[in-house]
Amino acid sequence: MEERPSMEVDIVCVGFGPAMGGFLTTLTPALAEFPEAPQVICYERADGVGFGVSGVVTRARGIRQSFPDLDVSQIPMAATVKQEKVLYLLDPVGASRRSKPVKALDAALRTAGHSDRFAVELPYTPEFLHKTNGLILSIGQFNQWVSEQLMMTGMVQVWPGMPVAEPLIEDDAVTGVRLADQGGMPGMDIRAKLTVVGDGPVGPVGRKIDEVLGTPPGFERNEWAVGSKMVIELPDGVDLEPGFVLHTMGYPEPEIFGFFYVHPDRLASAGIFVPSWFDNPVRTSYRYLQHFIQHPYMEQFVKGGRLRSWGAKSLMESGRRGEPFLCGHGYARIGEGSGSTNVLTGSGVDEAWTTGIQLAEGVIELLREKAPFTRDNLDRAYVTRRRSSWIETEGRAAEHARNGFQKGFIRGLVGMGLAGVTKGNIVVHAEVKPTHERVGTIEDYFSDRIPREEIAKIREQAKADGTPLHDLLMDRSGWPPIEYDGQLLVTHQDALLMGGKVQASGGFEDHVRFLRQELCEDCVTQICVEVCSGEAIAPNKDGGNVPVFDKEKCVHCGACMWNCAHAVDASGRTNIEFAAGGGGLHSAEN
Amino acid sequence: MANSYQVVVCGGIVPDPLQTLEPVAGPAGPALKNEMMLPAVLDPWAGHALYEAAALARKFPGSKVYLVSLAPKAKLQQVMMTIAQRVPLELVALDGPGGGFTDSAETAAALAGAIQGIAGLDRSKLLLFGGWESASRGAGSTMQMVAERLGIVDQFQGVDELQIGEDGSLRILERVEGGQHQVSVCDAPPALLGWATGNLGEPANNAQVGMQNMRTIMPSLQKAKPTQLKSGIAFASVALPKLQRETRIVKDASVDEIAKEIADWAAAE
Repeated sequence: MEERPSMEVDIVCVGFGPAMGGFLTTLTPALAEFPEAPQVICYERADGVGFGVSGVVTRARGIRQSFPDLDVSQIPMAATVKQEKVLYLLDPVGASRRSKPVKALDAALRTAGHSDRFAVELPYTPEFLHKTNGLILSIGQFNQWVSEQLMMTGMVQVWPGMPVAEPLIEDDAVTGVRLADQGGMPGMDIRAKLTVVGDGPVGPVGRKIDEVLGTPPGFERNEWAVGSKMVIELPDGVDLEPGFVLHTMGYPEPEIFGFFYVHPDRLASAGIFVPSWFDNPVRTSYRYLQHFIQHPYMEQFVKGGRLRSWGAKSLMESGRRGEPFLCGHGYARIGEGSGSTNVLTGSGVDEAWTTGIQLAEGVIELLREKAPFTRDNLDRAYVTRRRSSWIETEGRAAEHARNGFQKGFIRGLVGMGLAGVTKGNIVVHAEVKPTHERVGTIEDYFSDRIPREEIAKIREQAKADGTPLHDLLMDRSGWPPIEYDGQLLVTHQDALLMGGKVQASGGFEDHVRFLRQELCEDCVTQICVEVCSGEAIAPNKDGGNVPVFDKEKCVHCGACMWNCAHAVDASGRTNIEFAAGGGGLHSAEN
Repeated sequence: MANSYQVVVCGGIVPDPLQTLEPVAGPAGPALKNEMMLPAVLDPWAGHALYEAAALARKFPGSKVYLVSLAPKAKLQQVMMTIAQRVPLELVALDGPGGGFTDSAETAAALAGAIQGIAGLDRSKLLLFGGWESASRGAGSTMQMVAERLGIVDQFQGVDELQIGEDGSLRILERVEGGQHQVSVCDAPPALLGWATGNLGEPANNAQVGMQNMRTIMPSLQKAKPTQLKSGIAFASVALPKLQRETRIVKDASVDEIAKEIADWAAAE
């Protein structure tokens, strides 16, 4: 390999998501006031700044702060929230795994005749869930729009298709980043006075900083979810106003929450969250999403529609509990990877954007003072701002709001309600366990529905075919097979080829690596295979038990990392390394 | 032998080929559904030309690569965020319609005008590069017309290789009928080379190249001349080749059965 090149800039930024959008949008206009404008450069892993993100319903307080005269019509797929409903979905197929209290609730609702299309609309939406006057956004389109505004200033450079492998750490300071090696060429070292880390919860830079420089007391990242979403062209005859929003719970499994929101131009997003506290080891988000959109209540809107694109990402739902050190010598953390997501209000983009604003305000202050980016200075200029803002107040209120779900769906709802009403002063206490401590065996989970001997045969069949177990087990345990129509209901593999397709970038090494292969050899659950959002991880049908990884299918959701059934050290690091890599989903709308 | 070259690459943008494209009838004729929402890339044919130009410029120090591009400014800026990391270039941007639904002659006139406006262009060093066709419309005529407007008579299309002789002559491998390559020798620039695929892969991203390019790219985008093309031609309609997705899961089918089914299906079509 050639000698590793290096260059110097003033500020290097990692990851172009909503947090970095907020940071650069706030920072850039101020740069012109300096005689020698600081050189600011941002590297994004995905092949486009609008790729590999998602969509959102957000209060958009931070975004509106940055764009007080925002003309929503200028952002494709954006709409103002007009109507919100919260729905409890009953099980129309009888396959959902419902506890006795949930069954009792279902029976009561049915007896009372409150259900229409197997759904019950909550009489009111709790205030903390409201997104009144907020925005519906495709973050892909929003990111593209933001990057256009930024690049046209000429004050900042945003480079997609450039994965950052790791931070450069010297003693206790971050001195820049190292770009990923590509095609035998060593990645460049970018040395900077300030490194802004916004690479999300599964990004390698933030995780490496945690590993080397440590984490604060109480730091825990043990609660996650996979968000999986379809963008659907609404069928003829379905006329929903842009800005219409549904939040759902109860189906396809009680643990799986759903959403549906309507964009302009007859487009809608429908999706689900599969949380880490859902104990099914074959927790496939794609199959569950297909059942979700076939629920009679959802079907009235989407049946006859057409799948435009599909995507998935991990959400770090430990929120404030997963907050790392927000700054140190030469670096600062913003966005979801900095623990800003609020799981009580179900909001992440608004918080992420706002943390970016706060850091930018702090950086401008320090630049004006000509003060170096030391831990103390960044703490004073950035962290103090954040601590005195609604990010901190609301993050604290949400900190333990969902702990009750560790003990079951009903207790979880009660806990959320209490936390919401009391602003986090009263919560349901429960120990939050990560996936590798929580999820049991497939045989135990399905013991009431499928005999062990039959599961053994299903395992043999899946192994021989090199396929995951989830479809076979779900079919066998009562879930109706998916009747593919080639329009809305397509196979998982076909979904990778619709809308923006999935593709790996050339020259990068495999970014998913199985660290201790002996652990994989002995692993009987292999949740990584079942949860994989792109079916990029598959059973090894050619011998051995270590799964195989095909980066051409990977959408970089990172779910494999936190769904691995084995921890390799006391920090909770799992047996799957999720490293920097290029490519992924090429959809700018999903 | 020439010491250096001025390689002018004409390259438009097209929707990212990984997108699902759907032609629709718009008020101004055919268009792509949600075209402004679709991410774009440099036209792959022009991409081959650009990478060949960069390789030539590396080989002959003092050479310079210009990329002349007619496209909606915002989209072009997005594409530059990727392209500018790969090869050193100077962008000459024209803010106008992209895509394939434009008149080649009008497009050629705009491109030729922009090239004539490049300061310090030396015809004795000028190599005009482009794709021999476009991913958005394979008329294959635009580059020829650009060259004619610039008075370049040595023209080669379907080029896969360019070698510079000791005497500075250009030895060019062109695709011709029957899968053959035709070898031509041209004494010296100026010449037009409409590239087929060439022989080079996509260069890896290089952060330093990107930084250097941005010094000229953003000013070029900021002052990109608004360019309107006259409607010299009417496009009545457009459609993708008929494609039907039929997903079925059939277990244990033999190769012969699968082959027969495909053959039967093709015959029925």
